[in-house]
Amino acid sequence: MWRTTWRNLLAHKVRLALSGLAIVLGVAFVVGTLIFTDTLSKTFNDLFRSTAADVNVTRAAAFDQGLEGTGTGGTATYVPAELVDEIAEVDGVAAVEGNVQAEGVYILDADGEVLDTGGAPGIGISWDTEESLSPTTLVDGRAAAGPGEVMIDTNSAEETGFRVGDTITLLTPGPRVEAELVGTFRFGDSGGLAGASLTAFDTATAQELLSEPGQFTGIGVGAEDGVDPDVLADRVAAVVGSDYDVKTASEQAESLSADFSEALQFINIFLLVFAGIALFVGTFIILNTFSMLVAQRTRELALLRALGASRGQVTRSVLGEALVVGVVGATVGLAAGYGIAAGLRALFGSFGLTLDGTLVLATDTVLWGYAVGVLVTLVSAYVPARRAARMPPVAAMRDDVVHVQRGLRRRTALGVVLSLAGLAALVGGTLSDDGGTGASLVGLGALALILGVTALSPVLAQPFLRSVGAVLPRIWGTTGRLAQENAVRNPRRTAATASALMIGLALVSAFSVIGASTNASIDSLIAGSVRAEYIVSSAVGQPFSPDVAEEVGDVDGVAAVMPLRWGQAQLDGQTSLLTGVDPDALPRTVELSWVDGSAEGLGGDGVLVDQPTAEGRGWAVGDTVEVLTLDNRQEQLTVSGIFETNQVLGSTVVSIDTLAGAGGVEQDRFLFVDLADGTSPADVRPQLDEVLDAYPIVNLKDQTEFQDEQKGQVDQLLLLINAMLVLSVLIAALGIVNTLAMSVIERTREIGLLRAVGLGQAQLRRMVRLEAVIISVYGAVLGLVLGTLFGVALSRSLADQGITELAVPYPRMAVFLLVAALIGVLAAVFPARRAAKLQVLDAIARA
Amino acid sequence: MSLPGSPATPPAARGRSLTKIFGEGDTRVVALDGVDVDFPRGRFTAIMGPSGSGKSTLMHCMAGLDSVTSGQAYIGDVDLSTLDDKALTVLRRDRVGFVFQAFNLLPTLTAQENITLPMDIAGRKPDRAWLDTVIDTIGLRDRLAHRPSELSGGQQQRVACARALAGRPDIVFADEPTGNLDSRSGADVLDFLRRSVREMGQTVVMVTHDPKAAGYADRVLFLADGRIVDEMLEPTAERVLERLKALDSDDGARPAATDAASRAGVR
Repeated sequence: MWRTTWRNLLAHKVRLALSGLAIVLGVAFVVGTLIFTDTLSKTFNDLFRSTAADVNVTRAAAFDQGLEGTGTGGTATYVPAELVDEIAEVDGVAAVEGNVQAEGVYILDADGEVLDTGGAPGIGISWDTEESLSPTTLVDGRAAAGPGEVMIDTNSAEETGFRVGDTITLLTPGPRVEAELVGTFRFGDSGGLAGASLTAFDTATAQELLSEPGQFTGIGVGAEDGVDPDVLADRVAAVVGSDYDVKTASEQAESLSADFSEALQFINIFLLVFAGIALFVGTFIILNTFSMLVAQRTRELALLRALGASRGQVTRSVLGEALVVGVVGATVGLAAGYGIAAGLRALFGSFGLTLDGTLVLATDTVLWGYAVGVLVTLVSAYVPARRAARMPPVAAMRDDVVHVQRGLRRRTALGVVLSLAGLAALVGGTLSDDGGTGASLVGLGALALILGVTALSPVLAQPFLRSVGAVLPRIWGTTGRLAQENAVRNPRRTAATASALMIGLALVSAFSVIGASTNASIDSLIAGSVRAEYIVSSAVGQPFSPDVAEEVGDVDGVAAVMPLRWGQAQLDGQTSLLTGVDPDALPRTVELSWVDGSAEGLGGDGVLVDQPTAEGRGWAVGDTVEVLTLDNRQEQLTVSGIFETNQVLGSTVVSIDTLAGAGGVEQDRFLFVDLADGTSPADVRPQLDEVLDAYPIVNLKDQTEFQDEQKGQVDQLLLLINAMLVLSVLIAALGIVNTLAMSVIERTREIGLLRAVGLGQAQLRRMVRLEAVIISVYGAVLGLVLGTLFGVALSRSLADQGITELAVPYPRMAVFLLVAALIGVLAAVFPARRAAKLQVLDAIARA
Repeated sequence: MSLPGSPATPPAARGRSLTKIFGEGDTRVVALDGVDVDFPRGRFTAIMGPSGSGKSTLMHCMAGLDSVTSGQAYIGDVDLSTLDDKALTVLRRDRVGFVFQAFNLLPTLTAQENITLPMDIAGRKPDRAWLDTVIDTIGLRDRLAHRPSELSGGQQQRVACARALAGRPDIVFADEPTGNLDSRSGADVLDFLRRSVREMGQTVVMVTHDPKAAGYADRVLFLADGRIVDEMLEPTAERVLERLKALDSDDGARPAATDAASRAGVR
C-alpha cells in the first residue's frame, strides 16, 4: 500500500502543497514564538548575568516593588560611601567599589533629538575603576575622568554616529550636560542592552548628577581567589546589617530573571495564543483538504477495496499521506518559524524591545514543531481516512459518486448548547462586579461561542447564502446564481472555509471594539479631568528633570505648573502605586469631582484616593493610613479627600514632598501647565516651545494633542495585536484558495459542461470569484457579529478598569467586511484561472 | 459520396477536408482523415462506426469543442477555425445545442433552470412559446422545479435535450445520448429527438453505436478509420445492423483492434 500512498502524493502535488502550506504556517508560528521567547529570555539572562560582581550590596527595599524599570520603583534609596570602607575590611574581599546607576539619562544625537530607545530606559552609570567588578569593557578611548567627560555604550555610539573626541549633549535627571565623549564601552559579553542606552561618568560626576555626593546606589564586592561568594556574602551581610540586601552574583541574576520571567511569561502566553489560533485555523484547512482529497478519490479507494485492500490498509494509506505531508510541512515550518522569529524581533524592536545576538533554536522548539505539525495533520486526516475505509467497494462501479451529506443534527445540537453556554458566560462576565473574574468569564464565553458557532455554521450558512447571497443573481445574473448555488451545495465545506476567516475577524473586531471603547473613554476622561491648557510629557512616559518644570514656570503668562510623579509605598500593608502632585497647583490644573473632603489637606500629611479605592479599602475622610516606605520607614497619612475616578491622577494621590519622603525618584512624568487668566494659549505657546527645545525628551501638547497621544498608544498596541492576527487571516485566505481549488477540481465536468453550453472564460472566472466572495463575506459577517459581542462584553466587564465608554467602530467594521470580500477575490485568482483554463473536451471527458 | 441538400437551403453545418491528428511520432493517431461532410437543415443524422473510428472527434470538431489539424468546419457560413475561444463560446451558446452521454445537467440548478441555462448565460429572454412547445414535447412540465438528482436518468436526458433545443440552435449535437439509458428511456429520448426534427424543424446530429438508435435518424453516416465509408438514407435498425456487419467483415482481414493507432491512415 505504501506505493499507492507515494503515487497519490505525487499525483496531487498542488493540492498537497496547499494543505502543506497550512501546516507550514501553523508550525511556523508556534516555532517562531518559541524561538522568539527563548531569544528574549537569553538576552535578559545574559544581561543580568553580566550585571553582577561576585557580591552586590544595595539598600534593602521594605517590600517587593515588582519589576524594576516599570517606572514607579523608587531608587532614591542610597548606600553611603562609608559602607565601602567597612566592607573593604571584611576578610576575603579582594576589591570593593561603590557604584551609581539611575534612569533618566538620554543621549541627544547630532540633530539634537533624543536617541530613540523605544520604550527602553536611558541609563546613567558610574564607571567602575575596578575592572573585575565592572560589567562593562572599554572598547575605544579611555575612562571618563571628570565633569566634562563622558562615555557611552557602543550600540548608542553606532546609532548616533558619535566618535571619541566629539562633544555630546545629555539630558539627565538634573541639568542638561555637554561633555566630551572620551570612550565607548561594551556591556556584558554580547553588548546587548535590549534597547536601553548606557552613559557612564566618573564616580563623582555620576553622584552629582544621579544620586547625591557621597551616596551610591550599590556596592560591588569582588572575592579573593578561593573564597566562596556565598561565604563572603554572609560575612558582608554581618557587617552591613539588615538595612541592606547582600546578594551573590548568581542570586542577583536569579532574582532579576525571576522578576523578568513573569513579564516574559505574558509575552510568551500572548504569542502562544496567536500560535494556537493559527493552528486552530490551520487544522480546519488540513481537515478540509484531506476530506476533499478522499472525496475525490472515492472511486479509486473503492477500487482498492474491491481489489482486496482491507479497511485498515485504506486508512493507513490515507494516514501515510498525512504523515509525509505533516513531516514535510513541519520541516518547512521550522525554517519559516525562524523567519517569523526574526520578524518578531524586528517588530518588537520597533516597539523599543531591541534584542541583540543570534536567535536561539532550542531542541525543544524543534520537537514541538514536529509534534504539532505531524499530530495536527494526522488527527485532521484521521476522520476522512476512516470515512475512506468505510467506502463500499461497489462505489467503484458507480458512474457518479454521490456525496452523502451526513445529517447535521448532532453537530447542530452541540453548537446550540455551546453557543448558549458561551452567551451565558458573556452576559455573566459583563454583569460580574470583579473585573478579573468578569474578563475570564468573557474569555471562556468567547471560546465556547466560537466553537458553538463553528458547529452551527453549516446550518446558518443556508439562510445566509439564500438571503444575502440572493444579491449575486440579481447583479450578476446566471453567473451569480451559479456561484450562490455552489456556495450552498456543500454547507459543511462552506462553513469550514468561512470558519477560519470568522475566527480571525472575530478577534480583530473584538480588539477594535475594545480599542475604540478605550479611546472613547480616554477622550471623555481627559476632557473631563484636565483643566490645564498645556501638558508636558515624554513620548513613552520616561521621567525627566524637575528643571523643566522650573523653566516652564518662569515663562510669562504661566500661572501654575503642576508636576506629576509616580512612586510606590505600602498603605495599610498593601503595595500601592502613588501619584505625587503639587498640592497648590492641583486645583488649577486638574478637574476633580469630590465625593467627600477636598484637596486642602494634601499639603501636609494628606492622601487623596478615588472612590473605588476608598470603597475597596474601607477608607473614609479622616481615617489614618499606615505607610511603609521603600526605605523601611513607618509613616502615617490621613485620608483628606475622596474623588471620582480620574484618568490623569490614578487612584492614590499624595504631595510630591510626601512622595520624595517615601523614597520616590525626583523626576517628573508629566507637567500640567495652567495659564494666567486672560492669557491666550497661542501667545504663550512659542515661548513654551522655546524653553522645551532644550529638552527634546519632552514635548508640549494641548488637551486635544494629549488625548491623541494617549489614544496613539492604544492604537499602537492595537496595531501590534492586529499585525499578529493578520497571520490567522492569511491562513484563512489560504483556506479559501484551497477549498476553491479543490471544488474546481471536483467540478471539472460541470465546468466542462458549462463551457460547452456557452459560459465564457471571463464568466467562469467571475463565478468562482463570486463564490469565494460570498463565502468570505459569510465568514466575515459571523466574525464581525461575534467579535462585536466579545468586544462589548469585555469592555463592559472592564468598566472598573477605566473603560467607561462603549464604542463600536462601525466604519472600521465596514472596512473589515470589504477587506474580507477582497480576500475572497484574491483567494479566487488561482482557482478561477485554473477553472477557466480547463479544456472543454478534457473536462467533459473526465469520467 | 453524395452530398444532399440543394443550393437554396445551405446545410446547417458542413466540414471540408477535416483532418485531426493526435500526438506525434510513435503516438501519432489520425482520428479524422480528410472528411467532407454536410449536415442538411431539418434532418436527423446519425454517425456510426466502431470505437476509434473518429465519430466522436468528428462531432467535437464540428461543434467547436475541438480544433482541427487542417480543413474547415462550418456552422452555417461561419468557419470555426477563424474563431478565438471567446467567439467559439458565444457560437456554442447561441447557435449550437449539446446533449452528452452523461452528466448533462448542473446538479445545483432545477430542470427549468438547466433548460434555460445557455440563454441565461447570454442574458437573453427565452422565447416563451417555443420553450412551452419544447417542454410539452419532452413531457416533463410537472418536473420543472425538480433538481436533477430527483429525476430518473431518462428524464435527465430529456431535460438535456430540451436545453439543447430551447435556444432554437442551428444544430444540435448529441453524443451517445442514450448510452446510459435502458431501452425504454432511450426510446423516449430518441423519439423526442426525431419529433424535434420532424415537427419543429430542428437539425440534429447524433453519434451512436446502437443500430436501434440510428434507426430513428433520417440518414446514417458510417465512419471507419477517420473516413466516411458509407451513407444510408431512411435507415432501419435492421439495415444498419446488416451494414455494420458488412463493415466488420470488410475489416475481417485485419485484427479487429479498437485502437485507431494501428490502422490510422492505412486505408
